[in-house]
Amino acid sequence: MQYLLMIYGNEAGMAAASKEQVGQMSAAYAAYSEAMQKAGVIRGGERLRPTSEATTVRVSGGKTQVLDGPYADTKEQLGGFYMIDVPDLDAALSWAAKCPGASTGTMEVRPIWPMQ
Amino acid sequence: MSTEVAARATAEDVARRSYGKLVAYLSARTRDVAAAEDALSDAFAAALADWPNGIPDNPEAWLITVARRKAIDAARRRQSGEDNAAQVRLMAEELEAAAVSDIPDQRLALMFACAHPAIDAGIRAPLILQTILGFDAATIASAFLVAPATMGQRLARAKNKIREAGVPFRVPERGELRERLDAVLAAIYAAFAEGWSDPAGTEARRRNLAEEGIWLGRLVASLMPDEPEALGLLALMLFAESRRGARRNTDGDYVPLAEQDTAAWDAALIEEAEAVLLRASRMGEIGRYQLEAAVQSAHVVRRLTGAADWTAIDKIYDALLALTGSPVVAINRAAAVAETQGPAAGLAALDALAGDARLADYQPYWAARAGLLARMDDAAAAATAYDRAIGLESDPAVRRFLQARRASLAH
Repeated sequence: MQYLLMIYGNEAGMAAASKEQVGQMSAAYAAYSEAMQKAGVIRGGERLRPTSEATTVRVSGGKTQVLDGPYADTKEQLGGFYMIDVPDLDAALSWAAKCPGASTGTMEVRPIWPMQ
Repeated sequence: MSTEVAARATAEDVARRSYGKLVAYLSARTRDVAAAEDALSDAFAAALADWPNGIPDNPEAWLITVARRKAIDAARRRQSGEDNAAQVRLMAEELEAAAVSDIPDQRLALMFACAHPAIDAGIRAPLILQTILGFDAATIASAFLVAPATMGQRLARAKNKIREAGVPFRVPERGELRERLDAVLAAIYAAFAEGWSDPAGTEARRRNLAEEGIWLGRLVASLMPDEPEALGLLALMLFAESRRGARRNTDGDYVPLAEQDTAAWDAALIEEAEAVLLRASRMGEIGRYQLEAAVQSAHVVRRLTGAADWTAIDKIYDALLALTGSPVVAINRAAAVAETQGPAAGLAALDALAGDARLADYQPYWAARAGLLARMDDAAAAATAYDRAIGLESDPAVRRFLQARRASLAH
């Protein structure tokens, strides 16, 4: 089954991190991605730029509304994601727990709705 | 006996013994519990029509075969896309395969799926009652004091999550078994506790839930005979069940444990509980349920010695408190301290908990406090504490008991 692992964390905290902390985090993510490659479970994944650079779009009554900012203002923001393919939820949760973002924020695990 | 009656009796017997086994077997591959339940329900209806002509040699295998056929029919009716067609093929292949004569027991795997950490903790016990024992949503709802429609929705949502999120049907590996088994045991204990909390036995459905909890406890203990906590939980439930009848006198009044007539305790259940607990303790791995069962054991020893073993109870609660940090355990420990070191020491132990906001609305805390204050002849403070306890109690028999105690305080 395919799952999306969404990495939620505090952007402000990330922005305030020291150069050393950022380096440590990047190295941890590199090792994590490498481990997922080796296990053959990774299908994709990206880091997102902060929500200050987000734009929301919605079409209502034939009119397109474009707004500056993220969809929802939350304490923790979506900062990146991985797409993985594993046998079941336990395996997905186990990978989510290993993500460096799990120790600084929250991981949301969502099964992918397969296209017919 | 007419053939209809015989057929019905056989069907009821199979449902009682094997319902969960059949659901587990039918849903293990697809993880679709709801579809398995529907197919099985159709199969039981077919059995009632068919079996009067002759009861099959292997009723379980007959039900599995019919249920699978019903499941394929249902899937075909829903059939829309490729995915569904593949599933129908898969089910048809299973049907073609040699008829099952010996159905593997996958109930444990199903229970671990129901009590998976991804499933909301509050719905785990209802889910196990439904999938393993075949309780309908309305019965479960009345036992858990929830609106039937709400319970039905929550059960459907949990089954949907099991199917769509890929919750595995599997007994966990050694490394995570302890924690995952705790969740299964907690769900069973929750079902038992719902039934046990109706001491007057006025609601047949609730009393039944205590028996079903014990049935599930026996099942897990038999499937995992080397897990001391599974045995510990079974012993705990058996001890509690043994005192069911003694909790009310003939007038329906509440009788506290210390004043219960030991002749009203069920000696056979106590004996079984002691044997199960002994077997667990020989495995040399202590845990919450074994300790709670040990407390019960130290209480019921009164039937032999004339007094509960308060020194032992005090020590066990110390261990339980260290293990769980639960304020409920702390209250019980304070009551034990009052027996071993006097009411002042017990009250001091209760005072140490006074800061815990969770206890402000917790009846046993105020009842324990009131009892100790009364023993120390502080009638005014005892009356205030009794008033809090009375106001928080929902069982009329216990409320009457507390009111009588309050009235007997010296003025």
